[in-house]
Amino acid sequence: MGFEKFGVVSHMKESKAEDFVTYLEQGKIMATKCKSCSHIYFPPQIDCPSCLTADVEWIEVEGNGELMTYSTVNYGPQGFEDKAPYTIALAKFPKGINVFAALSRDIKESDIKVGMTVRVVPVKLPQGKISFEFQAP
Amino acid sequence: MEDIGIVGVGQSNFSRRCSISIKELAFEAFKEAMDGLEIANKDIGASIICSSLYDKQRSAENPIAEYLGLNPRPTFLIENACAASSTGLRVAWSLIKSGLHKIVAVVGIEKMSGQTSREAAEMMGRAYDITWESSFGLTMPAGYAMHARAHMAKYATTEEQLAKVRVKNSYYSVKNPKAAYQKALSLEEILDSMPVSLPLKMLDCCANADGASCIILAEGDIAKEITRIPIWISGLGAASNTGVARRESFTSLVCAKEAANQAYSMAGVDPRDIDVAEVHDCFTIAEIMAYEDLGFAKQGEGPRLIEERETYLEGKIPVNVDGGLLCKGHPIGATGGSQIRTIVMQLRGEAGEVQVKDAEIGLVHNIGGIGHYANVTILRR
Repeated sequence: MGFEKFGVVSHMKESKAEDFVTYLEQGKIMATKCKSCSHIYFPPQIDCPSCLTADVEWIEVEGNGELMTYSTVNYGPQGFEDKAPYTIALAKFPKGINVFAALSRDIKESDIKVGMTVRVVPVKLPQGKISFEFQAP
Repeated sequence: MEDIGIVGVGQSNFSRRCSISIKELAFEAFKEAMDGLEIANKDIGASIICSSLYDKQRSAENPIAEYLGLNPRPTFLIENACAASSTGLRVAWSLIKSGLHKIVAVVGIEKMSGQTSREAAEMMGRAYDITWESSFGLTMPAGYAMHARAHMAKYATTEEQLAKVRVKNSYYSVKNPKAAYQKALSLEEILDSMPVSLPLKMLDCCANADGASCIILAEGDIAKEITRIPIWISGLGAASNTGVARRESFTSLVCAKEAANQAYSMAGVDPRDIDVAEVHDCFTIAEIMAYEDLGFAKQGEGPRLIEERETYLEGKIPVNVDGGLLCKGHPIGATGGSQIRTIVMQLRGEAGEVQVKDAEIGLVHNIGGIGHYANVTILRR
C-alpha cells in the first residue's frame, strides 16, 4: 500500500519502499542508503543487490540539482492525454543522486535549458494523488 | 572461424494495417525465408518466436509454430522490446553452437494496428519502470528526445542535421517495396511536421506497424549443402543499460558501444571494415548516436557524417539504404529480423538498386527500449 497514491498513473501499488510515499506526504523526497556498503539508491530501494541485504536508512535528497536533459511531450500516452504538453527531465543532485521527474508548469518553456538549476519538491495531484516535480530554486 | 550460417531470410510487407492475423503474417515471412532451401519443415529443429505481443494473443509461440507446421519441435517466445529478433538470432546461434539443434527458425512478429496510437504509446511506456518512469508520462519518443536534447547541448547538433537522416532514409524507401512509407521527403517537410516530443517531430519518428520477419540459421556443413550462398555469423555482441532515471549519459547509448566492442572483437574486424550497416533508427537521433556508438564517426561527429552524405550508398559507410525503421515502419518484434534480412541480401549481392558494390562484411545494430538492450551482429559473406 502507499504507491496507489503515487504518480499521475499508478500501475504499481505494493512495495517494501512504501515509506517513500509517507515521507513525500510530509514534504520530503527520500533516497535509501545501504547501511552496509553505503551505496545510495534513487529511485529508493530496500534491497541492496551488492550486499544481498535489506538494511537501508532513508536519507533526504537535498540541495539544488543541475538539469542533465529534458523533453517536452506534445503527444501524451493514454492517461496523459489532457496533460500534454508537459516537460520531463533528469537532474543531478548532491551525493550523486539523479532524479527523473516532470518540470513545474510555472517554468516557462523558453527558460528551460540543459544545465539550469532546479530543486525537487513534492506536489499534490488531483484525486488525492501525490508526486514530485522540479521547480525553480 | 565462422561455423554457423544464415540460410534463409524473409519478411512480410510492413504496413500500418495488415488486415490479416499474426499467424498469416508470420507465414509470409516464413515462406520467403524457406524459398529455395533444400529442407522441409520437419528439418527445423526448433523455432523461436520474437514479439512484444501487442496483439491479443498471449504465448504466441505455439499458435505460430502450429500454423507454420513446426510441431512437434520445441518452440518458445523471446520478448526483448524492439531488440527481440536479434536476441532471437543470438539464442538460435547458441542452440546450434551447443549441438542441441542443427537448424533453427527465428520468427519476429508484431501486429500493432489493433490499438490506437495512444494505447500503443501507453503500452510501450510500460516497458520502462512502471513506478518511477511511466508514472511521469515517459514515452519512447520522449526518451530519445532527452538524448537528442543532450546531444544538441553538448555538440551543437541541430534539428536540421537530425532531419537529414530522414531525408536519406526516405530517399531509399522508394526502392523498398516492403516499406510502409515509400516516399522521398524534403528537409522542410520534416522540419515542419507536427511536434511529438520536442525536439523530435512526427517525421523524426518511426511509425508503429504490422509485420513479420524470419531468419533461418544452420550449422556450417548443412548451411553449405542447403543453400547457394550461406551468410556467416562472424560477431555477436549484446549488452543492457539501466533505465532512464538512473542513467548518467544521454549523448550515446552505452549498451550499444559495449555490444559493438564485443561484436568487433569476436569478428576480428574494426568499424572501417564494415561495408554496409543497418542501424536502429527508431528516431533520427538514434541513427546519429549509432554512427558514434559503432565507431563510424568519433563521439560528437555523427552529424558530420550525414552532412557529408557519407552514409549514402556512395559514401564510405552506407547505412539504412532499405529506408530504415523510419520508413519501413517498426513492428517491434519483427524489426531486428528485417534488418538482418537486408544485410543478408546485401552480402548475397541480391539488394538490387541499393546494392553496395562488393559488400563482404555487414553489421546490424538493433536496440530495445531507449537503449535498454543492444545487439550488434556482424555478418560475412
